[in-house]
Amino acid sequence: MKANCWMGKKKVSVEQVPDPKILNSHDAIIRVTSTAICGSDLHLYNGFIPSMECGDVLGHEFMGEVVEVGSTVKNLKVGDRVVVPFPIACGKCFACQQGTTSLCENSNPNAWMAEKLWGHSPCGIFGYSHLLGGFAGGQAEYVRVPFADVGPLKVPSHLSDDQVLFLSDILPTGYMGAEMCNIQPGQVVAVWGAGPVGQFAVASAKLLGAERVVSIDRYPYRLEMAAQKAGATDTIDYEESDVHEALMEITGGRGPDACIDAVGLEAHSHGPIYAVDRAKQALMIEPDRPIALRQAIRECKNGGIVSVSGVYGGFVDTFPMGVVVNRALTIKSGQCHAHRYMAPLLARIERGEIDPSFIITHRLPLSEAARGFDLFNKRVDGCEKVVLKAA
Amino acid sequence: MSQFNRPQIVGPALQRVGSSPRASARNGLGLGVLSVGLGLAELLAPDRMASLIGLPKTPRTRLVLRALGVRELLAGVGLLAQPRSARWHWSRVAGDAMDLALLGGGFSQGRTKRTRLIAATAAVAGVTAIDALSAARESRESARSTATSIHVRKTITINREPKAVYEFWRDLSNLPQFMAHLESVEVLDERSTWRVKGPAGLSISWQAEVILDHPSQCIVWRSVHGTTSVPNRGVVRFGAAPGGRGTEVQVELKYDPPGGAVGAAFAKLFGEEPSQQIQSDLRRLKQVLETGEVLHSDASVHRGPHPARPASSNESIQTKGAAR
Repeated sequence: MKANCWMGKKKVSVEQVPDPKILNSHDAIIRVTSTAICGSDLHLYNGFIPSMECGDVLGHEFMGEVVEVGSTVKNLKVGDRVVVPFPIACGKCFACQQGTTSLCENSNPNAWMAEKLWGHSPCGIFGYSHLLGGFAGGQAEYVRVPFADVGPLKVPSHLSDDQVLFLSDILPTGYMGAEMCNIQPGQVVAVWGAGPVGQFAVASAKLLGAERVVSIDRYPYRLEMAAQKAGATDTIDYEESDVHEALMEITGGRGPDACIDAVGLEAHSHGPIYAVDRAKQALMIEPDRPIALRQAIRECKNGGIVSVSGVYGGFVDTFPMGVVVNRALTIKSGQCHAHRYMAPLLARIERGEIDPSFIITHRLPLSEAARGFDLFNKRVDGCEKVVLKAA
Repeated sequence: MSQFNRPQIVGPALQRVGSSPRASARNGLGLGVLSVGLGLAELLAPDRMASLIGLPKTPRTRLVLRALGVRELLAGVGLLAQPRSARWHWSRVAGDAMDLALLGGGFSQGRTKRTRLIAATAAVAGVTAIDALSAARESRESARSTATSIHVRKTITINREPKAVYEFWRDLSNLPQFMAHLESVEVLDERSTWRVKGPAGLSISWQAEVILDHPSQCIVWRSVHGTTSVPNRGVVRFGAAPGGRGTEVQVELKYDPPGGAVGAAFAKLFGEEPSQQIQSDLRRLKQVLETGEVLHSDASVHRGPHPARPASSNESIQTKGAAR
């Protein structure tokens, strides 16, 4: 089959690789119909996530048709059309039973590697480094899905791939980012980053009853999408205006009740601090650049919530802990427990409350994956979200 | 609170021999404090020190005492940082020898107070004896712990009742399902035959016997004397985890690996890092008991590093522990 493989920093290519086989009795093999490039794939692409190997099959946002099931699979049959959540979760461990599937205790065969870096291991993830399991991803014609009774969600035929594909990751991720804000009526939520997760965080904050939702980015086309499609009441282009002054104005000097970091470890900014962070990252002293996170913490109102949806891999420097303590902030974070949001969000899509397809700007055949990565990484050609059509 | 925080009654098979590590460390710390105190006194008050041990207060004595003070301080700080390091203990012995030699030289000088000099020499001789004993013991202990005995203890929580976890383990033939390097366990009656694949296709086996069996609580086993040149023993304990989280399983293993082919097979059994190996084995046990089988990824089915992509049909893959 054809699969998009990581071949080194800033290099992906569609290669001919063997077809996947059933390895565990709870596996299913999916023929991928649609898959997408995630912002977090760019962290792999740009070489910020350790333990990648040349030839790894990428991709953790995908959907398709079941073509084979293992001997113990009960909920799926050949021919079912499913969306697959990006965290691999067993459904049986304590973490899964608590609904925290991205912390599944059984789905990372390389847990020891994650323990060395993070103390304990989270779940395994498709196509996302060896540290998180060494599972082949879904930017391919076929993919093996473990725990097929637990993850894949059957989707009705009247909804298109474009409408349901993002249930795999970014829609639940954006939604969880907003849910962690514990939004109360009348509150103001600020969202750093108007990429795909930022758009869905904005839309979710609106759905969850925020009075005003502010989208912050530096690409006018993304801010326009946030205002027109996702429902942002205010936008701040930080190349044009001062984020602090703008937020003070919008919130009557209180600061946002909750701040969402939908940017993560490759944040961009201006000034000497940004230069220092970039230099340290280049010298491999500081793996992650927490610029958006620092600003979100600074701007958040006293006693507010900072919700971190953006991906961080390792360590950050100059973390404003004094702000967190003295102003009684709450920081919430986590890879999305996608399983618990998929069915409720599918119901919202069916009721027409949200149509996630508004973020798609590029539809390419799988064979053009490398071009898709390049467009998305450079934010050129108005690129917001690339969907790859495998079949 | 964890089941295993409180002191455990460890099966007789696992009792430690020799002095307790804590007492040794305390001993090292005590000697370290002594060195630091003495060093400071010599460095800061060489005249008072000289009169205490009966030496004349000359510039030369002062210089020598200050130099000795620096040496004592170094040894003291070393011991405080690494109270069980044989090297620092031996450095104290060497220092003592130097002190004795210098004191001996004092007897041939004039202007010395012989009574005080004799008392000081006796005191240093006593300390030398303590230092030499400590140094010898730490050398012995470090030789033993690096070269021979391997003792590993690991704990995991499994989302099943203690009874279920106990029963799975009690059927020893299940062990190879999650112990990566164990080829088979054949249960005879009270005894069982354990087999590991050795180097160059050799198969190494020995017999083990269960010597303590408390259902749903603990199992203690050991190799049968004379069936192996690698005596080994283990205990597994099962306790209800707090908050309805299933069972806390704690495994302790101890063995004395020899050299040669048999030793190599044992090294393989527990991996290059025995502690890591047991941890991974326990994680596989958890997978088997919670999900029914050991989970594989595209990379984990290969022995060495392999990209996360499906294997081709001519690559051999390891799917031990998967449901067949």
